[in-house]
Amino acid sequence: MQSLPTSPRPPGSVGVSPADGSARHAGGTPTLPGGMTPARPGPFTFSTACSLGAGIVMLLGIWFGSRGLRDFDSALVWYAGASVFSGMGIAYRYSMWLQRPPTRLYWRRGWQFFLNPARLAWNSGRLAGLFWDNFVLQRFIERRAPLRWGAHWLISWGCLLAAAVTFPLSFGWLRFETAPDSQEIYYCYLSGIRVLAFPTDSFVALVLFHVLDIAAVMVLAGISLSLVRRALDRGALSVQQFANDLFPLVLLFAVSITGLMLTVSSHVLHGTHHGFLSQFHAITVIMTLMYLPFGKFFHVFQRPAQLGVRFYKDAGAAGEPARCIRCGEEFGSRLHVEDLKLVQAQLGIHYEMPDGTHYQDVCPPCRRKNLALIQDGMWRAASLASEERTHG
Amino acid sequence: MELNFFVDYHRCIGCQACVQACQECDTHRGVSMIHLETIRRADSVQTAPQVCMHCADPICARVCPADAIKKTPDGVVQSSLKPRCIGCTNCVIACPFGVPRYTVEVDQMMKCDMCYDRTSIGKKPMCATVCPSGALSYTTLDDFRRDRRGTPVNEWVFGGETVRTRVFVVVPPPTEQMLIQLTTAAGGGAGPDTPADRDDVASLLEGR
Repeated sequence: MQSLPTSPRPPGSVGVSPADGSARHAGGTPTLPGGMTPARPGPFTFSTACSLGAGIVMLLGIWFGSRGLRDFDSALVWYAGASVFSGMGIAYRYSMWLQRPPTRLYWRRGWQFFLNPARLAWNSGRLAGLFWDNFVLQRFIERRAPLRWGAHWLISWGCLLAAAVTFPLSFGWLRFETAPDSQEIYYCYLSGIRVLAFPTDSFVALVLFHVLDIAAVMVLAGISLSLVRRALDRGALSVQQFANDLFPLVLLFAVSITGLMLTVSSHVLHGTHHGFLSQFHAITVIMTLMYLPFGKFFHVFQRPAQLGVRFYKDAGAAGEPARCIRCGEEFGSRLHVEDLKLVQAQLGIHYEMPDGTHYQDVCPPCRRKNLALIQDGMWRAASLASEERTHG
Repeated sequence: MELNFFVDYHRCIGCQACVQACQECDTHRGVSMIHLETIRRADSVQTAPQVCMHCADPICARVCPADAIKKTPDGVVQSSLKPRCIGCTNCVIACPFGVPRYTVEVDQMMKCDMCYDRTSIGKKPMCATVCPSGALSYTTLDDFRRDRRGTPVNEWVFGGETVRTRVFVVVPPPTEQMLIQLTTAAGGGAGPDTPADRDDVASLLEGR
């Protein structure tokens, strides 16, 4: 599908240029006479700064979290490097996304209403509820289709479980070590602080040593369900694309299967081809990390905006309703309609009517009726004119 | 030959065949995405269908904070992408044609996608297939001009906003643009009067 409002265009410069040839600027930046624009950082400069900032923060995090690289495992340097690069890409795209007028407005409003001191306690409780429902259980996906939910839940939690282990490991924040006085006891250190001690033959050890295998099995099960759905669902078949819908599954499959093959090599095949497999696994992981900011996986970072929207809707419902100027019925919140007018002005959408009204103040059903009535009126006028011509 | 969608509101007889057929579309199975408006329920039987007009530069996509609305290379604007839609309803209230629907249960905007499972392989959309009166039709421009009266127009003016659409509306010649102002069934309201028809039920009831 064609990407309408995103890169390589600057945020806010969606669609075609206006008829006068003037460019649309992010956030409604005014164009000065002579086509000059005010001297202020452009969206690309801002996003580049965000990207560099994210890279520096991650490198500092690795430095301090690994106690000056004392706990850093140099064998994992490729994973750490790819993670930093991926983090920079995510920061770049996220900041570009945030500069789009509608996104910026929702972002600002969401935080404004959430942090309202009078409602902060209630909002925090609601946030916990929304988090549990939307992220832990992912109920809204279950309501879309149980098969989709099963696939998504397994893939997402499998990936998060793996990420929770591999990122701290590759950054040198997490370290495992045998006890100095016993080969049967394992210690787990977080930034040099011992947080766990367990016998190597315990259930905890079994789970910890195989947590990535568990995650891989979850992801592979999710991919299987997803492929079943994508093979059988005629709706999905008609709109799915290889780059956007299937390639991410290919990447996750490659990461999971090569990860499992490492375990099989160690435990079953006495280390056969372990070196090759570990290189191969590293390549698949690095490819996935590189894809993270630019492909379908980016929705992981966009999705929390869903929570901000809930607080925005709560605030809108508590305020004045918007009433249609045609039928007088409520059709949303005044807050939403007025904010949308601001966004439209920034995007160069002009719904101001010649009679001084604003088309945004018309409810959707009235818009539909209005269109039909206008067309009907045109035919009636044509019919009357024809009759008049016929009968003199 | 390129197939085009034509809407002729005043041919609608309110049979609801399009509403039922729409539910058969595989991309939104069981849920009808077409709107069938009863213009003035109290005193008129006039009805009108509304499908997505598939704008060249869709306002729904422009106001979407999640960048969730995409257009296919053949000009069909799709329902919001499931992984991205955050349910803000910007698209619902910004669309000049009043088309997108927000479904609370699934927290997603869905809309008419011109039966993409069918039109992408050269078939007609469900609604146009079953419409008995020609209010909704899907054919080539040449065939339309040969078989029907009226001029297909796909340029709309909403105040200061001009919108070009993939779907055409059928109007009397020599119209080139649809100038949208507010109007009501009886000709009152903010816009220009709708010419009174001596047989129009609503007009008769209001003594016009």
